[in-house]
Amino acid sequence: MSLFRSEDMALCQLFLQSEAAYSCVSELGELGLLQFRDLNPDVNAFQRKFVNEVRRCDEMERKLRYLEKEIRKDGIPMLDTGENPEAPQPREMIDLEATFEKLENELREVNQNAEALKRNYLELTELKHILRKTQVFFDEAEFGLPPQMADPSSQDEQVTLLGEEGLRAGGQALKLGFVAGVILRERIPPFERMLWRACRGNVFLRQAEIETPLEDPATSDQVHKSVFIIFYQGDQLKSRVKKICEGFRATLYPCPEAPSDRREMAMGVMTRIEDLNTVLNQTQDHRHRVLAAAAKNITNWFIKVRKIKAIYHTLNLFNLDVTQKCLIAECWVPTEDLEQIQLALRRGTERSGSSVPPILNRMDTLENPPTYNKTNKFTSGFQHLVDAYGVASYREANPAPYTIITFPFLFAVMFGDLGHGILMASFAAYLVIKERTLGAKKIQSDVWNIFFGGRYIILLMGLFSMYTGMMYNDVFSKSLNIFGSNWRNNYDESTLMDSKALQLDPNSTAYFKYPYPFGLDPIWQVAENKIIFLNSYKMKISIIFGVFHMLFGVLLSLWNHVYFRDRLAIMCEFIPQIIFMCFLFLYMVLLMFIKWVNYSADTTDVKAGPYCAPSILITFINMVLFKSSKNPDVCDDWMYAGQGFLQKLLVVIALLCVPVMLFAKPIMIMRARKQHQPLMNAGHTNNAAENGDAGYQLDDSMQQVQPVPAHQDEEEDITEIFIHQGIHTIEYVLGSVSHTASYLRLWALSLAHAQLSEVLWNMVLRNGLTWTDWTGGIVLWAIFAFWAMLTVSILVLMEGLSAFLHTLRLHWVEFQSKFYHGLGYSFTPFSFKTILDQAATNAEE
Amino acid sequence: MGASIFPIFFFTMVWGGVGIALPRMVPNGPQQRLMQVVLMITGACCWLFWLCCYMAQMNPLIGPRLSNRTLLLIAQQWGNPLERF
Repeated sequence: MSLFRSEDMALCQLFLQSEAAYSCVSELGELGLLQFRDLNPDVNAFQRKFVNEVRRCDEMERKLRYLEKEIRKDGIPMLDTGENPEAPQPREMIDLEATFEKLENELREVNQNAEALKRNYLELTELKHILRKTQVFFDEAEFGLPPQMADPSSQDEQVTLLGEEGLRAGGQALKLGFVAGVILRERIPPFERMLWRACRGNVFLRQAEIETPLEDPATSDQVHKSVFIIFYQGDQLKSRVKKICEGFRATLYPCPEAPSDRREMAMGVMTRIEDLNTVLNQTQDHRHRVLAAAAKNITNWFIKVRKIKAIYHTLNLFNLDVTQKCLIAECWVPTEDLEQIQLALRRGTERSGSSVPPILNRMDTLENPPTYNKTNKFTSGFQHLVDAYGVASYREANPAPYTIITFPFLFAVMFGDLGHGILMASFAAYLVIKERTLGAKKIQSDVWNIFFGGRYIILLMGLFSMYTGMMYNDVFSKSLNIFGSNWRNNYDESTLMDSKALQLDPNSTAYFKYPYPFGLDPIWQVAENKIIFLNSYKMKISIIFGVFHMLFGVLLSLWNHVYFRDRLAIMCEFIPQIIFMCFLFLYMVLLMFIKWVNYSADTTDVKAGPYCAPSILITFINMVLFKSSKNPDVCDDWMYAGQGFLQKLLVVIALLCVPVMLFAKPIMIMRARKQHQPLMNAGHTNNAAENGDAGYQLDDSMQQVQPVPAHQDEEEDITEIFIHQGIHTIEYVLGSVSHTASYLRLWALSLAHAQLSEVLWNMVLRNGLTWTDWTGGIVLWAIFAFWAMLTVSILVLMEGLSAFLHTLRLHWVEFQSKFYHGLGYSFTPFSFKTILDQAATNAEE
Repeated sequence: MGASIFPIFFFTMVWGGVGIALPRMVPNGPQQRLMQVVLMITGACCWLFWLCCYMAQMNPLIGPRLSNRTLLLIAQQWGNPLERF
């Protein structure tokens, strides 16, 4: 029965030989049809059997992630062939570990070397800049202080041999020492200030900026630095200056005083820089090669490692039996696929070379199985819509197959516009036609994934909107006149000239006596009182479709009762429910059809004319309140003969259904229990209440209890049953009134959509269309762009989202409350595909 | 009754075909039942929608109220020239 009910599930025990366990679980993971249960729930994660293997897998994943980060840093593309490698055998795991270890070590080494080389390179570059810049300083100094500085034999930071006193006394025989270095540009102002304060203004700082930014080896950032040189005199100042430089993390470089030395040094530095450059490039190339080689395989490796980890996690769920020779697993399995699973197990055993075949043993259980719905790419979207509210209880009727059509249809009733429908349908058609290529792209945007996942839903919504748009005769708020309107002007010229607006009388030549064949007549779009007519029409169709939708829901509950062989529910719940709904609301729908047929303007009888046409709503209210309708004297009190009596009868019977819904079932259950009591004491009732198995045998009599698993009798208190039934009845009775009115949102939203569309046309596009001359062309082009943007964003996207939400509510609340329990949990099989997809999305975040 | 037989017959046939005849022609397969249900619900919904629209306009109780400009326009464009007095 595929999608109409969830699959039949069985709880099975799996006995696997220890050697074969790994490959069998690998095969089962590829298959993705078993849900394993945790047989060691109270065991700590660190005490499980395969915790070491899981740890090794974690380690391998860490190394792979490090590799991936490095590959990304270099911008090498990682090849994703889409192939699905099998999980490697345990012995291959060691090989993988060794490969990763080697790669990681190599990469770390290369990185370290590169860093050291870069540091060296930085120093040399800074030295080069210093040598260049300080030339300028010394040139200036040459002018100012000729003899002292030009002493080639003295060292940099040396003072004269005379000593401090000699200096001061000598006056001219001053010897300035200097230090040269490089500092970050931002630090120069505070550096200067500190020097000034600490040395009491007795040092002299010159600085020049380095134009090109340099690369910081640790962080790989580009920083701006400046060269500085500080002239000072004396030892104390020298030590102070050095300390300050240290504090500001300026690097000092030995700079020779003599120009010839400096030139020599500069040349040496240049050659060293070039050598270093070559070595650095070679290191980078080597790193690039290593990473490129790794990038080819890295996706494969990720898949393999994740599969191994998943297998060991699953193996951790198993129980080791007493003899330590085999592993026991418990799993939920769809009974239809037992064959496939046996084949997979056999394949796994063969691969591992073990001789003992695994045993799959079905167990009987009273537990609640998971709900498994087999969906394909088309139905999965609709199934998700249903599951978002609540996963179906085991084996109850699945609303999803009906939702495939009713959801887009009710959406379309609210959205009805041919133009917008075409836009929506073509967008969805593009998504569907290109779904292979678009799906492979793995775009990360959430919004895109929502639209892409729901492409079939959107396609159907668009197609149905095109249909309802044609019926409402609404294309971007204009009507199409395909068959020729059935209304015509029958006023003469003088009458027309006299009055600004005239109403066409249906009881005249103005109306052709039979309606427009397909949809609304195009005359209504240009009519001033369009809304009056549309309101009456749309409200009626909202109620008509609402009542039919709800009746369909109640009928599905009947199908559930029949399937679960619950005769009590059929008699005490379904029958009064359907009577209540039909006698009141289906009767109202009938009155609508009667009014459409019987009352017309085209008649000589006033009683059947517009003056006397009764309001269905008032009629209904009067019916329920037992009031007699007071129509004007000329008119009949009733729409048809016997209506008064019939209506009273219907209401009385409907009201009588309420106590039946409230009390019948609990009383029956009470009586059944009393009768069962003496039998129970004699022997055991055949405990045939195996949950979810439709084939169980029942006693023939009506005294059958619900197939709720009753481990002992009297499990559910009788008062509980009464209360539960009371809640259920109140929900249903009050719900039918409120839900029927709730379907009027179909009218409200379609009215809002039509009005928005009209406003957009009249206020925006018409201004462009009425602009004459060639300037009008340009203006129209601009205004059209504006109108199109508003149409897509407001009318298609916003209104579409709004109608989608309302339709969802109508399905979840008004439709499903009639039959759906939604208390199940979904089937989550052990499948590599889901695990890999999840890991991929987690990794991207 | 202001109904004309041809459109009723035509559209009932069309949606009846979709909802009753096509399901018989769905090939056997795992999705046969699903496709049948889909076709039936489509046929029923679309036919009912068309029918309601048709019946609501059959015996109109009010007529459209148009400005005199619109009336002149439709007289000219829709092939019902004015009766001149």
